[in-house]
Amino acid sequence: MKIKLKIWRQESAEAKGGFVSYDLEGVSKEMSFLEMLDYLNSTLIEGDEEPVAFEHDCREGICGCCSLFINGRPHGPAGETTTCELRMTQFEDGSEIVIEPWRSRVFPVIRDLIVDRSAFDKILQAGGFISANTGAAPEANSIPIAKHKADEAFDAAICVGCGACVASCPNGSAMLFVAAKVSQLALLPQGRAEAKKRVRKMVAKMDELGFGACGNIGACEAECPKGIKISHIARLNREFLRASI
Amino acid sequence: MTMLDAKIPAGPLADKWSNHKNSIRLVNPANRTKLDIILVGTGLAGAAAASTLGELGYNVKAFCFQDTPRRAHSVAAQGGINAAKNYRNDGDSAFRLFHDLIKGGDYRAREANVHRMAEVSNQSIDQMVASGVPFAREYSGYLDNRSFGGVQVSRTFYAKGQTGQQCLLGAYSGLIRQLARGKVTMYPRRDMLEVVIVDGEARGIITRNLVTGEIERHSGHAVVLATGGYGTIYYLSTLAVGSNASAAWAAHRKGALFANPSFVQIHPTSLPQLNDYQAKLTLMSESLRNDGRIWVPKEKGDRRHPNSIPEEERDYYLERRYPAFGNLVPRDVASRAAKERCDAGYGVGDTGLSVYLDFGGAIEKQGKKAIEAKYGNLFEMYNKLAGINPYEEPMRIYPAGHYTMGGLWVDYNLMTTVPGLYAIGESNFSDHGANRLGASSLMQCAGDGYFILPVTIGDYLAERFRTPRISTDGAEFDAAEKEARDKLERIMAVGGKQTVTSFHKRLGRIMWDDCGMVRNEAGLQKALSSLSELKEEFWREVKVPGRLDQVNQELEKAVRVADFFELGQLMCRDALSRKESCGAHFREESQTPEGEAQRIDAEYSYVAAWEHKGEGSDHEFHKEPLKFENVEIKERSYK
Amino acid sequence: MSTFLGASVGRKLVVGISGLFLVLFLVVHLVVNLTLLAGPETYNTVAHWMGTNPAVLGMRPVLVLGLLLHIAVSMYLSVSNLRARPRRYLKVDPAGGSTWASRNMFILGVCIILFLALHLSSFSIRMTFGSVDMVEISGVLMKDAYALVTTRFSLWWYVSLYSVAMVLLGLHLAHGVQSSLQTIGLNDHRWRERWASLGLAYAVVVAVGFAILPIYFFVQAQMS
Repeated sequence: MKIKLKIWRQESAEAKGGFVSYDLEGVSKEMSFLEMLDYLNSTLIEGDEEPVAFEHDCREGICGCCSLFINGRPHGPAGETTTCELRMTQFEDGSEIVIEPWRSRVFPVIRDLIVDRSAFDKILQAGGFISANTGAAPEANSIPIAKHKADEAFDAAICVGCGACVASCPNGSAMLFVAAKVSQLALLPQGRAEAKKRVRKMVAKMDELGFGACGNIGACEAECPKGIKISHIARLNREFLRASI
Repeated sequence: MTMLDAKIPAGPLADKWSNHKNSIRLVNPANRTKLDIILVGTGLAGAAAASTLGELGYNVKAFCFQDTPRRAHSVAAQGGINAAKNYRNDGDSAFRLFHDLIKGGDYRAREANVHRMAEVSNQSIDQMVASGVPFAREYSGYLDNRSFGGVQVSRTFYAKGQTGQQCLLGAYSGLIRQLARGKVTMYPRRDMLEVVIVDGEARGIITRNLVTGEIERHSGHAVVLATGGYGTIYYLSTLAVGSNASAAWAAHRKGALFANPSFVQIHPTSLPQLNDYQAKLTLMSESLRNDGRIWVPKEKGDRRHPNSIPEEERDYYLERRYPAFGNLVPRDVASRAAKERCDAGYGVGDTGLSVYLDFGGAIEKQGKKAIEAKYGNLFEMYNKLAGINPYEEPMRIYPAGHYTMGGLWVDYNLMTTVPGLYAIGESNFSDHGANRLGASSLMQCAGDGYFILPVTIGDYLAERFRTPRISTDGAEFDAAEKEARDKLERIMAVGGKQTVTSFHKRLGRIMWDDCGMVRNEAGLQKALSSLSELKEEFWREVKVPGRLDQVNQELEKAVRVADFFELGQLMCRDALSRKESCGAHFREESQTPEGEAQRIDAEYSYVAAWEHKGEGSDHEFHKEPLKFENVEIKERSYK
Repeated sequence: MSTFLGASVGRKLVVGISGLFLVLFLVVHLVVNLTLLAGPETYNTVAHWMGTNPAVLGMRPVLVLGLLLHIAVSMYLSVSNLRARPRRYLKVDPAGGSTWASRNMFILGVCIILFLALHLSSFSIRMTFGSVDMVEISGVLMKDAYALVTTRFSLWWYVSLYSVAMVLLGLHLAHGVQSSLQTIGLNDHRWRERWASLGLAYAVVVAVGFAILPIYFFVQAQMS
């Protein structure tokens, strides 16, 4: 099939950047979205142009490297899918596909479609951990954890840190990302000891970095490739209130 | 050739590690702050080591090529992590785990290391639970276990199909805690290009900043590599496309021996290749074989829809060949059997390069609900990627390159043959022999990173605190930087016409065909000559656009592929020199009359370790003889 | 406290709690308005009581404070949210699960403030500070609020504006109620749907309840 691509190109963080259109023929429905971009790049290289830079690694939806705002939606139109899992069957022959990088003041573009998401690491550094030194851990079964709590913690822990929540949020808020970690650790008895300090510090860091405030809009939840629920944000709010009183 | 000394401590097997810990030197806490450790790779092994070394008080400089440690490929391990907790009271113990691993590795691993890995496995689980890793639990609130990889006990801890992700994130949380404390400094988006050796000891590395293109120098009192495996040499593999051998290869060129390079595990249940542009093969968890039955049509080239092929016209070849283990034979056996059927013309799909994994019978017997509860997320993933609903019709699967048992040779302390240069996790060779058992990779990485390296490295560093912070101005750094820069400039200067990927695909094809699941003398010889031709063509024809001083993903790929040519040649040499079949290494010349792998213990019970002798010279072969004092060596039989 | 108000989550809590306070106020307001249907005597008596009872009068500054806090803090957050994405997307497809109202709370809020200014100048301010015809009910002399209201409700443009404003208020509330409950942490996967339904039901009742009165009196005025 033949498609028309409109891709954000920006040579470096300092460069201005703009959209460039490409007509790409010979695309197969069997390709994944990123394989289609690989194919575009091979044609660009052969035509003496520079390939489009984009991030990807595991290509099976778990590392969180891939991003891309495709036709107005993070990770494209498929729902609970990372860009690397997206297939070209989602697109019609002859259609136009607009590809943009994540847009956020906190995620500056490095090149083309690659953005700097190190802000997420900084938020986690503020408290997204349990201070358990190696060797100090008690026997793993010494603290039973109710299955439904462990399961709920897992549902929050599956965040891949891709940033789709920030990208999709009209306010550019990182609350779903922060809440997933706060909620995971708040649900586990091991994480309770530092719970109050954790939520205050992580929220403070998130604000300091310049993310927007949560408006409970729900776009993050709808676009999260791992289906993380905003009920975790409610838990963050509870934890925050509890830590403040 | 020399005989290598692995410095295995004396004493009974079960006491070796304790004795060793009691006797090696320690570093005074006040002195640890004077010591810098460079750590390359921040997957499970690297992140666990970084956090633990940071806690101990060392200054850790950690490097990864991704934007953050959380993306390292440990993230993709699905099935689980083994530990000898014996929570099921099914007779498990460190010794039994050790025994299973030695047998599973087809008696080509070092006893002392394997036992130590089994010993520390329980502590790793404790550590992870304390770090907030949400392992699956029973209704009682206690940890759940499952049976994995065809062993007779349930010792696998898991977090749905995302165990690797959860383990990695646990270790990563420890790492970022040390970042916040200032004990670890993170250098993300860096490719390691060279190891710097000063006075015969590893004292630094040269990296390329993947954002600015800057060539940087970093120094330390020791260098630890935790850079993972090299399965991407096949181009299509289950690995992340960025996984590479370049850091390990740089260490190898500087004197670290490379052990058993040809030992590569081919995983039997991966999605088959769908088109020519495919960049990777996605793994489907081994657990699927617990209920799925593998078959091909009995008639060659039968193109009917699988659902319309009647039962009596299906060949359940694993059940036919291995009645005792059936579909649960180890990975290497299942992979070869699939290849055998496809090569013989019975394969299915457009390419004829896949076999059916059928849940029809299981769904009929146990109900769709039960199957959904066990494999729901995997079925969904398969449907998403292949567009086939496994509840309705069989999956199509084919083997894919997966895990490399080979790697940098290390002694009992996990130190390579270069003093001060360590290798942990998949990047070393030590623990899995010729074949790795399921759920053992995370176990090894966690053990190496949390509990083994942080202890053994102290023995080396005990005296080094007297060495002042190492300057990066010395002649050795100048030379290493020049070497790195020259190589990059050489690649950029080729200015040919073909893309890096096109070379990688051709390289992968050669390796897959002749140094993959089945090897023979003629094929390996052919591969060696094809490789040197291709390598020569690469250096004449490759085209890398862009500049050195900017984000340049083609350049990153080119460096990796250039190193793969050399590694590929060494893999073929290693495979040639081992004229026996063992584990994942199957030499057609060495098989039983029934076509099964034939080990030759009298001649090949050793680790082959190869020494780089400079550009254009052949590698020198060294040997570490393997002694088995605690297990009885047996034929591996699954009939 | 400074860390509480310094944090986005703390500020959101201020917006949420003040919002829920206003939600309660609207219920009282609506009940009072509905007495219009009972005729001039009832309405004027209630209005007189509201305007003279010390407890009710005491609540006025609290109400004003709550309203101002709600407006000021959400304005502040909205402006900082705009800063979080300096470059907009070329194409945005909110196909996801978010509602139009949830994405446009700021605009809805501004519209409601504009209406509020008109509303206050028409009624509350005139009732409190302006000159209004007096009427005697059960021997008590009081302002004829009923006449003031019904006169206004006979103006077509005022009724139209009022009705549109109530639709916008309804939209604001449809998201606002459940959002406030989420912000104060009263939410989980079970309560989610219930709160959403409750918020929607509340918004419909309030919007329809308020809008029905001007329309009713306008139609009545046309017929007489």
